[in-house]
Amino acid sequence: MSKAYIALQDNEESHYIVEAIEEDNPTATVIYQPAMIRIENEGRLVIKRETVEEKMGRDWEIQALHVNLITLGGNVDEDDDQFSLSWKQ
Amino acid sequence: MTAKKLNMKEKYSLLTRDLDWEYSYRDYKEIFPQEEFEGIKITDWSKWEDPFRLTMDAYWKYQAEKEKKLYAILDAFAQNNGQQNVTDARYINAIKLFLTGISPGEHQAAMGFGHVGRQLGGVGARVACQMQAIDELRHVQTQIHAMSHYNKFFDGFQDFSHMHDRVWYLSVPKSFFDDARTAGPFEYMVAIGFSFEYVLTNLLFVPFMSGAAYNGDMATVTFGFSAQSDEARHMTLGLEIIKFLLEQHPDNVPIVQRWINKWFWRGTRMLALVAMMMDYMLPNKVMSWQEAWEVYFEEAGSSLFKDLARYGIEMPAYAKTAIAEKEHVSHQAWSIFYNYGHAAAFHTWMPTEKEMDWLSEKYPNTFDKYYRPRFEKWREMEAAGERFYNPTLPMLCQTCQIPMGFTDMEDPTATFYRQSEYDGERYNFCSDGCKDIFDYEPEKYVQAWLPVHQIYQGNCGGAEMEDVLGDYYKINLGVDNMDFHGSPDEERWNAWHNLPSAEDKLKQAS
Amino acid sequence: MTVAAITPEYIGERRDRVENFHGNQIVYVGWDRHLMFCSPVAFALPPETLFSTLVDDVISGAFSQHPDFAEIDWGKVQWHLNDQPFAPERDKSLIEQGVDHKSIIRMATPGLNGIEGSGS
Repeated sequence: MSKAYIALQDNEESHYIVEAIEEDNPTATVIYQPAMIRIENEGRLVIKRETVEEKMGRDWEIQALHVNLITLGGNVDEDDDQFSLSWKQ
Repeated sequence: MTAKKLNMKEKYSLLTRDLDWEYSYRDYKEIFPQEEFEGIKITDWSKWEDPFRLTMDAYWKYQAEKEKKLYAILDAFAQNNGQQNVTDARYINAIKLFLTGISPGEHQAAMGFGHVGRQLGGVGARVACQMQAIDELRHVQTQIHAMSHYNKFFDGFQDFSHMHDRVWYLSVPKSFFDDARTAGPFEYMVAIGFSFEYVLTNLLFVPFMSGAAYNGDMATVTFGFSAQSDEARHMTLGLEIIKFLLEQHPDNVPIVQRWINKWFWRGTRMLALVAMMMDYMLPNKVMSWQEAWEVYFEEAGSSLFKDLARYGIEMPAYAKTAIAEKEHVSHQAWSIFYNYGHAAAFHTWMPTEKEMDWLSEKYPNTFDKYYRPRFEKWREMEAAGERFYNPTLPMLCQTCQIPMGFTDMEDPTATFYRQSEYDGERYNFCSDGCKDIFDYEPEKYVQAWLPVHQIYQGNCGGAEMEDVLGDYYKINLGVDNMDFHGSPDEERWNAWHNLPSAEDKLKQAS
Repeated sequence: MTVAAITPEYIGERRDRVENFHGNQIVYVGWDRHLMFCSPVAFALPPETLFSTLVDDVISGAFSQHPDFAEIDWGKVQWHLNDQPFAPERDKSLIEQGVDHKSIIRMATPGLNGIEGSGS
């Protein structure tokens, strides 16, 4: 299985998103590099709005992910409640 | 009573698909004249799917937020004299190469997507191209803005746009984008949207930018990551266009595969510049070019191509050569620029002993065997007051336009030569990839504006090299070019940090 | 098909025709296993240039900075012209012995393999 991955700018807001990703993807690996955080997981990686909102303690729209996003790998599927990256093979 | 809030899918449908209309009094082919000549068959544009479902209102909102964040950091960097806090003035030369070689490519991409967005019959694809054209324009603007700060304190930034159209090594990225923009709309989308954005730009905008942060350059890392956040959307668009073309008609598969082969190879050649920026121009190292290549091409690329295998798409034809070159390409590219450091608008230098040790460690199969002896000889020549410069103009590849500095991966000390004859004339290439690109469309590449041939034809100013470099390229001779050691950049840097000047160091030594 | 173009019968301008070089032709020279010179070099020379002039004046101007250069035994140099073995005659011109526009001349100097034998 291939790794789906996402990289975020290393800042306060991203820390909550990373916390949420870790909770929703227990097998994900988080790698800290200068100024960025890379999170990868075999096959699929999901970001759930509800979990991020819980970590941030405020409303958060999935599309706000763009503000802190650096790069990603995988087929994107996005709706109002979740954002996922996956490889089909 | 408040209206029900639209969800993302409904909003996308209303603000994208519903913007289109039926063409009632003009023929479709008249409106979209470029949709067929490349051989691509589209049966149903409505199958186009943009997974981000970004609409213009959300686009402006989030782009504005990105800009606010970016400019807050650029302002803070300038107010804090950030230019003095980078690791080393040598590092700034990577930024000069970025401004002259890469930022104008963003502008080319903006124009390319503007054009292509008009040529595609599907409204979803047109809206996505429109956003991408605006993104690319934002990139070139923010990059010029960010780097204008360095222009106040360092040499070599002043004429980037003029240089881009003329200087020998800048013809490499320029011809890359010229090639893409003069192709048909679908080839352009595969070239820039997929092969470049999805398969290769990560290598420029992720590890190099992380390296910029690690070298104290908050301005560059911020514009880099801000640009790359748009690239993440572009990559997704690039993958969608590929899937869309492959699903529309089986006849599209071999055409798309050929474009992937071509543009992967063209992109790989252009990234030789980035390879040397990573390995030679970042004083503090995050990872080697080879490591970055393994993560962002071999690992990410193999996931991608495994995913596309169900359509009958294979790894790019020259991937094996490109993978073998990962242990050589940065050293070969740096050798080219060191050879012609008198003809470049940035400074070059030999790595320090410690830096060479890092290269030995990172490239255990190649550095000590092939490159260290050469570099130590050059260092010795410099110490003797005879810094090596190549006195003769280089032979260039007809396709990628890079000096023929790449070697045979089966025999790494042998220059790789390929030649074709077409219509009674010889054409020469650095690789099978570049030769095959020419052989498929010779009428395109016979037109290549090869800087060395143009100089010999007398089209680049006067007869002397000073005329070409000074008057035609607008390099400030003795200031922008030559070795970093002894440059005005180095002199200023040493004065800021109360370091002994080069002259004093010499006096102490004698 | 020689180009994917919207214009039928599209013909590109041959930008490097020999006529554009004011009486010269382009000749490339590469010295095998001496990558201190990062790539082969390009010269613009009259086609009537004698091979002796190429070796004595042109090539020496390009490569003499290399410590191996002074050691070359010119009688033993192995030449290639456009990837074929080549036995140049010093007193003949380039064009007389087939060195035409944008030809590649390679010289190999057995026993001399660059700095510390590294191919540089």
